[in-house]
Amino acid sequence: MNLLTFLGSRLAKGVLTLLAIAVLNFFLIRAAPGDPAQVLAGEAGAADEVLLQQLRERFGLNEPLTTQLWIYIKGYLTFDLGFSYRQQQPVLSLILDRLPATLLLTGAAFLVSLIVGTAMGALAARRAGKWSDSVITTLALAFYATPLFWIALMSQIVFALKLGLVPNVGYETIGAHYGVLGRALDIGHHLILPALTLGLFFTALYARMMRASMLEIAGADFVKTARAKGVSPSKVWRRHVARNAILPVVTLAGLQAGQLVGGAVLTETVFAWPGIGRLMFDALVQRDYSVLLGVFFISSAMVVGFNIITDLVYRIADPRIEASA
Amino acid sequence: MTGHVTGFRFGLALAVSLLALGTAQAQAPKQGGTVHVVVQPEPPMLMQGLNQNGPTNMVAGNIYESLLRYDEKLQPVPSLAKSWEISPDAKTYTFKLQEGVKWHDGKPFGADDVVFSLDKFLREVHPRWRPIANAQVEKIEKVDDLTVRITLKQPFGPLILSQEVAGAPMIPKHIYDGTDYRANPANNTPIGTGPFKLKEWKKGSYIHLVKNEDYWQKGKPNLAEVYWQIIPDAAARAVAYETGKVDVLTGGSVDVYDVQRLSKLPNTCVTTKGWEMFAPHAWLTPNIARGGPLANKQFRQAMMFAIDREFGKDVVWAGLGKIPTGPISSKTKFYSADVPKYTYDPAKAKELVKASGYKGEPLKILALPYGETWSRWAEAIKQNFADVGINVSIETTDVPGWTQKASNGDFDLTFNYLYQLGDPATGVARNYISTNIVKGNPFGNQGAYVNPEVDKLFADAAIAPTDAARQELYTKVQKILADEVPVLWQLEMDFPTIYRCNVKNLVSTAIGVNDGFKDAWKD
Repeated sequence: MNLLTFLGSRLAKGVLTLLAIAVLNFFLIRAAPGDPAQVLAGEAGAADEVLLQQLRERFGLNEPLTTQLWIYIKGYLTFDLGFSYRQQQPVLSLILDRLPATLLLTGAAFLVSLIVGTAMGALAARRAGKWSDSVITTLALAFYATPLFWIALMSQIVFALKLGLVPNVGYETIGAHYGVLGRALDIGHHLILPALTLGLFFTALYARMMRASMLEIAGADFVKTARAKGVSPSKVWRRHVARNAILPVVTLAGLQAGQLVGGAVLTETVFAWPGIGRLMFDALVQRDYSVLLGVFFISSAMVVGFNIITDLVYRIADPRIEASA
Repeated sequence: MTGHVTGFRFGLALAVSLLALGTAQAQAPKQGGTVHVVVQPEPPMLMQGLNQNGPTNMVAGNIYESLLRYDEKLQPVPSLAKSWEISPDAKTYTFKLQEGVKWHDGKPFGADDVVFSLDKFLREVHPRWRPIANAQVEKIEKVDDLTVRITLKQPFGPLILSQEVAGAPMIPKHIYDGTDYRANPANNTPIGTGPFKLKEWKKGSYIHLVKNEDYWQKGKPNLAEVYWQIIPDAAARAVAYETGKVDVLTGGSVDVYDVQRLSKLPNTCVTTKGWEMFAPHAWLTPNIARGGPLANKQFRQAMMFAIDREFGKDVVWAGLGKIPTGPISSKTKFYSADVPKYTYDPAKAKELVKASGYKGEPLKILALPYGETWSRWAEAIKQNFADVGINVSIETTDVPGWTQKASNGDFDLTFNYLYQLGDPATGVARNYISTNIVKGNPFGNQGAYVNPEVDKLFADAAIAPTDAARQELYTKVQKILADEVPVLWQLEMDFPTIYRCNVKNLVSTAIGVNDGFKDAWKD
């Protein structure tokens, strides 16, 4: 199957999948108790029937459910993600507003974990059984098993409070008037803790995956053959073992990339990082349906998109794979 | 309601705050400076006429103003009203307005704005002002550009307490009159008369307020700017205070155990003042409408004797607060201590349980999803109940789930805590009168308690002509309610504000930080 047919059919299926997800999401969040008007009134400490009625009308909640569904789907078909009455802003602008912060955080964590994790895994495999292997596998196990929020809080206490190396929360220094470069450095300074915290788990996953995969390949017949014909050991590891072992890592990277938008709720919350994860979490506890559906949609689009990209990367990493729809 | 709540040793807090007050009075305020404050959760909007959530009020109290402010004894003091007069028959209130007041957009503020706010805008959209305006007010009229008169249908004492900034913020007529209020684009750029203006709101990060250079009171505010930082995690907020990122932790913004720890840091002051108007009262509501044991007075009394409320206060809430005697907080007007008392007495509780004919029917406590402290409180009470043979389990949910269940009477027992708003007519009666057994919000008589005598006492007390006459009726109703236990009163809650001692004059009125940073200054 050639590349264009492959892409075309995957994209068509992707659009249908997204539509199905959108409809499913709509009913899923309606199944949760409460509605945005009741939550808003409930937070006010005083409310009456008139207020609830006014809010429901404003939010469009007094329409029949099918009408609401139709308005929502019709909007999405014209790339209109709706309006958040709670926040008094279009959903798309709310999401776009938060997107840079989230992509910066998840992107940094993605790169760090992919590079460090794969390198650690490769190193550990190469030195399997030696003390450096033990150190790496122990570290990877610890990172893998420790809850993210605990690492997040402990790193704040150690690196921000006790050592004073980095700020504990936030995206930038509030109230500072830096130039462009100063601001970039300031944001980078704030990025260190959350990006490392978020990256640790995936670093561990990549390391474990890479190590296991390389050790498995290292015993394969074609590697023995390569050795037998006199290829140098480092070339064997690099060209024969590492390259073949990378496929599961690519799969995992594709999964992680799909979570670039919605996968950092906890990190963003603990580090007060103004990203999409927090937007989504706030929308969830406030039952801000339109925002929640918008974030769900963007996240699912990312997953579908990165699945397609992952399949393409397989073809590059391993030319034997005939990408099939 | 605010987010979850914290505790602190009262004696120490009082001593520290008195100390702070003493130095504040001795020094002349300095001009300029920036204060960083936490606000959580992020407010949905800052247009205080349309939204009165806890965080909204904290920030918007700097932008908007009302006719009056209140000191810690709940006595009115001037704000946008320079002076006021109440007629001898207690039915006419005449307010003289301050001169030279301007809205943030430069337009003059005057009697037309007051009449528009009270008679049109707030009457239509404000859940606290609407019932007062509709039931008590005959007319609101402009006498001249700087005078407004409110005429009541009958004397209504609580009116003088109703003009707090969240209860009746002044709204600019020139921006809102004739528009669809909730759809007005100006809601994103609030225009008030207050000491600070909104400069920028970076959603998810901070709200930046700057000094209103044209503020009507010369020399105020002292501060140049205030940043409200949005930090969602309670532990991270505590660290942010310790690392110096923020100067003020507003009431309830850190966990109970962190309050104690933080209060011991150098240059740290703590005060429990500034909540007198709200007097948050916490209780367990039994759903009397469900019948069975909860509808039995003896059983409800048994639960009161069974709960070790001192333990709840001292251990769960780290000593912060006070054990209530009945429906009215000791901080609220017309409180009476002359009521039947319930001290922890498991033996007596067991007797009453037996006498009530309880057969071990399973009951559920709907926990309030406002953080760990509330969950632990539910667990402690469950243990108390188990000790006297009451069979309870704990039901958990998230905030919208709780709101829905509590609103619709879908519970056996639920925690709740409500503000008393200074006067029993507005903040207490609503939980006990049978006309307020409503669905749709959790602030009414959710347990469906019905007693015609109580209804009548509350109704008469609201409109009795003198404070003495009102006191007599409220004393009576407190006695009846304390005997009948329509809800199980647990705690008069304290929400300490933690701040750096060089932020002076932070809390000076009955609504504390919610009254804005008008008088605050930084040393």
